[in-house]
Amino acid sequence: MSYIPISEKDKKEMLERIGADSVEKLFSCIPENIRLKGNLNLPGPLSEMEILEYFEEKGQKNSSEKYLSFLGGGAYDHFIPAVVDYLSSRGEFVTPYTPYQPEVSQGTLQAIFEFQTLICQLTGLDIANASLYDGATGATEAVLMADRVKNKKRLLVAQNLNPQYREVIHTYTRNLGLEVVELPYDEMGRIDKKWLAAALNSETSVILCQSPNYFGVIEDLKTLAEAAHEDDALLAVVISEPVSLGLLEAPGKLGADIVTGETQSFGLPLSYGGPYLGFIACKKDFVRQLPGRIVGQTVDVQGRRGFVLTLATREQHIRREKATSNICTNQGHCALKATIYLETLGRQGLKKLAWLNLQKAAYALDRLTSVRGVTKKFNGPVFNEFVLEFPQDWEKINQKLEEKGILGGLSLAKHYPGLEKCALITITEKPSQEKIDRYVQVLKEVLR
Amino acid sequence: MINVIREPLIFEISSPGKTAVKLPELDVPEKKDLLPGVPLRENIKGFPEVSETEITRHFTRLSQMNYCLDFGFYPLGSCTMKYNPKINEKIASLPCFTSTHPLAPEKLVQGNLELMKTLEKLLCEITGMEAVTLQPAAGAHGELTGMMLIRAYHTAHGNPRKYVLIPDSAHGTNPSSAHISGYTVKEIKSNEKGTISVEDLSKVMDEEVAALMVTNPNTLGVFESDIYQIADIVHAKGAFLYMDGANMNALAGITRPGDMKVDVLHLNLHKTFSTPHGGGGPGSGPVAVRKILEPYLPVPVIEKKDGQYFLNYNRPQSIGRVKSFYGQFLVMLKALAYILALGSEGIREMAEVAVLNSNYIRKSLEGIYHLKYDTPTLHECVFSDKFQKDYGISNLDIAKRLLDYGLHPPTISFPLIVHGALMIEPTETESRRDLDLSIEAMKAIDREARENPEVLKSAPHITYVRRLDETLAARNPVLRWEKKE
Repeated sequence: MSYIPISEKDKKEMLERIGADSVEKLFSCIPENIRLKGNLNLPGPLSEMEILEYFEEKGQKNSSEKYLSFLGGGAYDHFIPAVVDYLSSRGEFVTPYTPYQPEVSQGTLQAIFEFQTLICQLTGLDIANASLYDGATGATEAVLMADRVKNKKRLLVAQNLNPQYREVIHTYTRNLGLEVVELPYDEMGRIDKKWLAAALNSETSVILCQSPNYFGVIEDLKTLAEAAHEDDALLAVVISEPVSLGLLEAPGKLGADIVTGETQSFGLPLSYGGPYLGFIACKKDFVRQLPGRIVGQTVDVQGRRGFVLTLATREQHIRREKATSNICTNQGHCALKATIYLETLGRQGLKKLAWLNLQKAAYALDRLTSVRGVTKKFNGPVFNEFVLEFPQDWEKINQKLEEKGILGGLSLAKHYPGLEKCALITITEKPSQEKIDRYVQVLKEVLR
Repeated sequence: MINVIREPLIFEISSPGKTAVKLPELDVPEKKDLLPGVPLRENIKGFPEVSETEITRHFTRLSQMNYCLDFGFYPLGSCTMKYNPKINEKIASLPCFTSTHPLAPEKLVQGNLELMKTLEKLLCEITGMEAVTLQPAAGAHGELTGMMLIRAYHTAHGNPRKYVLIPDSAHGTNPSSAHISGYTVKEIKSNEKGTISVEDLSKVMDEEVAALMVTNPNTLGVFESDIYQIADIVHAKGAFLYMDGANMNALAGITRPGDMKVDVLHLNLHKTFSTPHGGGGPGSGPVAVRKILEPYLPVPVIEKKDGQYFLNYNRPQSIGRVKSFYGQFLVMLKALAYILALGSEGIREMAEVAVLNSNYIRKSLEGIYHLKYDTPTLHECVFSDKFQKDYGISNLDIAKRLLDYGLHPPTISFPLIVHGALMIEPTETESRRDLDLSIEAMKAIDREARENPEVLKSAPHITYVRRLDETLAARNPVLRWEKKE
């Protein structure tokens, strides 16, 4: 199978027109000494049936599906309505390029314009871009953008920001002469205000926090924003569980200048980590510093409304090394899925979904902490994730839970020394009361 | 395409009380006042409320306003818009893959790890390189990762160095990626053949240069025949040769970057390896390197021990993470399915026919459209509007008129070294009939340029919207819908 619709007869006639006696001749610009002698050593060719069998066989080596899972930490298992995949898998959405010819790309462009609008409505900010790769690169783009605005080369990053996001920030910033100062957390699980006061000064470009943070705790954004603004810094907020925005006040309304994050929760399956969907939104004044593609509204020669990619003078294909970011291909099709998902849920649906998450997590928290020796680690308010402390190292408990078919939570030991006895537990709308109760029951047995 | 109905924004057809999905009722006892002191929102201002019928009609209508590869010829130069096989989509939707949590214990996701490792190995074989990371999310992200690897190497050897050399024909992402990895860009002018001049390169090459970034074949579709010599010049000063693999479709199975002494290379799975572009992503930009750069690859790295795959984070020289988790996993599955479908002979035929199709178009349009460089080309060719300019017609007019013929235009105004560029890359998945249709349309448009230029200047005529005012969009940005008060 080669997906090639050119027959031998076609080849012969085409070569005649070209005036070459063989296809080989067309490659004569490649010096002999670097030509491949013989064939590559590759498996295949496989028939379509064999390909499917191959992947099904490998897929059977994955067994996590059989477990009752309470894992989150930046990747969330939410229900996806059938229309999302049905509509988004249309060839007209899957197989076009980036919409460079707007007259024949209005479907993609209008969908992105709707996506930008939804992100603005959720975050309470003025403008949003067409997408970024994921939450981690989103957080990184946010601090780089904040530093272009403030240009003070000093960034404060919360320790309770998703550790993977922090790692990506370090990977990027270490080459750029930027100082990254990490902010410890307090007993509520929030950014420690005393540390913040000590670290924040007029030489700081931005405070980057996450809410709900990696411990699931909702940050006090208003206070953080006031602190940042007092020292002429920006507040950038990362949202990695955007379902929370169905209930929580929009960060923009609480003073955030930039809101970025991960939108996998909106209609994208877990998929072993990708493709996911980054987003970024900001105040109007920073529009020239925003990274990535942006869709804008305009009119055609007959005065009818239409949409185009716009403000391209920020971007690499025009500005080259002076661009605000090197991003080109982004997560267009994922943004389409998120758009369909959010519009399907709508105003009431998203609110109800957030409420279901909040209520179920609260129930699970109550039940799990009723088990002897299990306590809530941080006393800050939580949405659908929380950290529990156990009487022994989590690794040991986790192993026993696993043997009984439960993925009970994520270890924090690697990134948070001192939290070896703790785990991050996530409850979405998906697990039924019976399943939560089962977890509690098994945990009791394991700890007995 | 049905262009009769003007489809409003979803916000404009919203009315209170509607929803397109029924969520389950709460099955645990409700608790009150769970979030004391936390600022909550009453509702999300402006958020849409529609039914399932309306959602379905809305997106079906939007889809019908799009031109797409499933519909027809899409010859965007340097974008490799080849057919997207449907079996790949099916594989990427299997629940055994889509349901796996990225932080699930490694022993429960052995299938995923094995498939990723297999893809890494096959990409090594195709490129002649020695190690691969699949983590980068897209081509530009791969470039950035590659440049970070180079910087980490130089830093570990005492001096990160200052400059990265980039030809003036390069994609804009090259200088941008070099800049974000902390380098200053020096541009090299292309010679009269459209390639890098070995002499000019020797002059600018010194020990403050960290790397040379080349695209091969370059954005004119021309192979850098001196690549071997270029590599030697670069290596003699202790610098690295970076290759932008965006145009790998011309080379796979014919020659290997590793055999050209390339040190770092990124691939675009969404170009060479048939995964769909999705209207702007997701892509995937694996980076392949020589052994000497392997210690710097992003963490984690997939390894095997005692018959079990695992994610190794213990890599002290690594540049660190460039992305959450492990990359665009589902995209990797599609690319792997594609390679398995083709096999080694299929991969070679892919490149051969891509080059054949491109040369067929080039020969058919030579003399009708201007070719700035007469150097032989591989998988793409770059014409310009120089002949049509005499009648006041620009490459933009030609592109817009093609839409009236039911065809997608080529890439225009790139590469920057060809004024009024029309950059055509047909790929191997176009039939003779579709190639001929596009050639005939290009010829007809040339005739129209001479006989009836107005019809080009006012094109397109039959699309959902006519030519759009891009200046207005940039000068007076409206970037979101807002309710009229």
